[in-house]
Amino acid sequence: MDMFAVWYFVETTINGALIGLMYALIALGFVLIYKSTDAINFAQGQFVMISGVMVAALSADYGVPIVLGAIIALVFMILFNVMLERIVLRPMIGRPVVAIIMATIGLAAFLEGLFPMIFGATTRALDLGIPNDPIIVGQIYLTPINVVGGAVALTFFGAFSIFFMKSRKGVALRAVADNHQVSMAMGINVERYFVLAWSMAGVVAVLGGLLWGSAIGVDNTLAVVGLKVFPVVILGGLESIIGAIVGGIIVGIIEAWGGTYIDPAMTQPWFREFFPFEGGGTKDFLPYLLMIVVLFFKPYGLFGKVHIERV
Amino acid sequence: MFHRESGYYKTTYASDSALYPLPIARFTVAGFAILFFVVAPLLVSSYYLTILNLVGIAIVGALGLNILVGLTGQISIGHAAFMSVGAYTAANLATRFDLPFWITLPAGGLMAAAIGIIVGFPSVRIKGLYLAISTLAAQFIIDWIIVHTPAISGGFQASIQVPRPSVFGIVLDTQRELYMFILVTAVLAIVIALNIARSRIGRAFIAIRDQDIAAEILGIDVRRYKLMAFAISSFYAGVAGVLYTYYSGVANNEFFPLVVSIDYLAMVIIGGMGSVLGAIFGATFVTLLPIAIDLFMTAVGPYLIEDAGALSGIKSHMRLVVFGGLIMFFLVVEPEGLNRLWLNIRSYFRVWPFSY
Repeated sequence: MDMFAVWYFVETTINGALIGLMYALIALGFVLIYKSTDAINFAQGQFVMISGVMVAALSADYGVPIVLGAIIALVFMILFNVMLERIVLRPMIGRPVVAIIMATIGLAAFLEGLFPMIFGATTRALDLGIPNDPIIVGQIYLTPINVVGGAVALTFFGAFSIFFMKSRKGVALRAVADNHQVSMAMGINVERYFVLAWSMAGVVAVLGGLLWGSAIGVDNTLAVVGLKVFPVVILGGLESIIGAIVGGIIVGIIEAWGGTYIDPAMTQPWFREFFPFEGGGTKDFLPYLLMIVVLFFKPYGLFGKVHIERV
Repeated sequence: MFHRESGYYKTTYASDSALYPLPIARFTVAGFAILFFVVAPLLVSSYYLTILNLVGIAIVGALGLNILVGLTGQISIGHAAFMSVGAYTAANLATRFDLPFWITLPAGGLMAAAIGIIVGFPSVRIKGLYLAISTLAAQFIIDWIIVHTPAISGGFQASIQVPRPSVFGIVLDTQRELYMFILVTAVLAIVIALNIARSRIGRAFIAIRDQDIAAEILGIDVRRYKLMAFAISSFYAGVAGVLYTYYSGVANNEFFPLVVSIDYLAMVIIGGMGSVLGAIFGATFVTLLPIAIDLFMTAVGPYLIEDAGALSGIKSHMRLVVFGGLIMFFLVVEPEGLNRLWLNIRSYFRVWPFSY
């Protein structure tokens, strides 16, 4: 094995890990909601998509500067999520998990139709002013948007961890997450904290929309990126912030390896002799395969809380 | 003979689970049979028969998902993938071995059922959210495997031309003939679903839905029945996939993306979970809705929006908006769906006009 191959491997892995951190940012929104309200949000990807579409459409079609657009998106997402919690999710408290899942699937379809209907379905570029030239560290070429994305994600993970550990509101949120009734008895206004959790998820979605939008362009495919949160959160554990980071990095790296090593290998004759598959695209499928394996052997993930059911 | 009961007077289990609860039910069923088997194929134009065919296919698929989601309380976001499995199984059998439809139809169903058991296997250990995600993964994985295996997908663009089915030497190549074919299959599917729901198996499913641990204490083998629910549901999906393949003449995975899985969930929710009639309502409603939206927007749209391109874009997205909105609306406001509305109307008229 020559040095070039080693450097190439390191480069693939690091870029994969950075993309993984950006996945983790979307997953963070999911985890925040699940952790505190027990609601499962299948529409997190659509949240990311609508904030990206909104910022891009405002800047491309109406000439609104990106920063102002981002603030508008932020305010909108918070208001939207507060309303959503009020109108759809609060009446469903205490209903079966399956019903809540299906409600958020409905929400996902709703948003996926509504925003292209308002702003048009064209793909728009979202330019955050991040240069395109690769950052060169030694022999390694890094993509700037991924570096920025990874850094922003890590910063926010730090901030949220401190918030949950140190601040009064964070501790209250953790109490709410642990047990709604006991926190109510302790004088915590549970419904207000639900609203807080959903707003935080909205903030994270706007960040995700900006970063992902500038990395791959803004259209409905952003919501497809959102589907990657499931491998990430299953791997890391549903209610763990640190799990979202670790899960995100693992999924990112596996995707990168799949694209760089497995896809070319699949065209080799020795491979095709055993597996009659054609074409690449393992990138889109390996994370889910990994997820199924995790579900079989460790369903609560690496850092998740093990639920023991009592009758 | 034509009376309806004025209250709930059943005293035996046999009368409670009877297929025809009242003598009048036989006449209603006979009336519908004449309507759909004789009147519709003779009088309805071939365009509307196309729509009826789509409704029939959707009913078969929705009945299957209803057994899994409505009766057993499991969830599947991969229903379309099983349809895909059925479609490709039938297409390969029909083109390679020249097999007739009465072999390919059950074969597609059985193949889908086999895959369904594999996909349902996690349901033995996990439930709720975890199951939803694992079936979502199944949708992606099955789709990927079909597209990337030329032996299954037939190579180019993953589509296989399928010969029209034939009965006793008559090739079913018009919508009218296909209508009879789909109608017979759909009626069989409805009868089997009704019998599953009222028999021992269906009651075991309901017990698992309501409280799985209690069901296990009552002596129900929860694992076996969960896997059985997945198998039956996938069998229905596979059959619906085969029907769609014969209907369109092509097996193609692009007919069965994730959105279709969500459409089927919408049918079950909007129709009313856990009832056969609800699944029929839901399938009809969800199939007709895009057509209604299309007609409405073609009629009204040009007055609202000048640009024809923008209008067609809005049309295609409006479907998603209305679906998503309806799923949320029914879950929040009327979790028992259209079926509950129908029951309300019926119970109002049961003692009408002397309601007190």
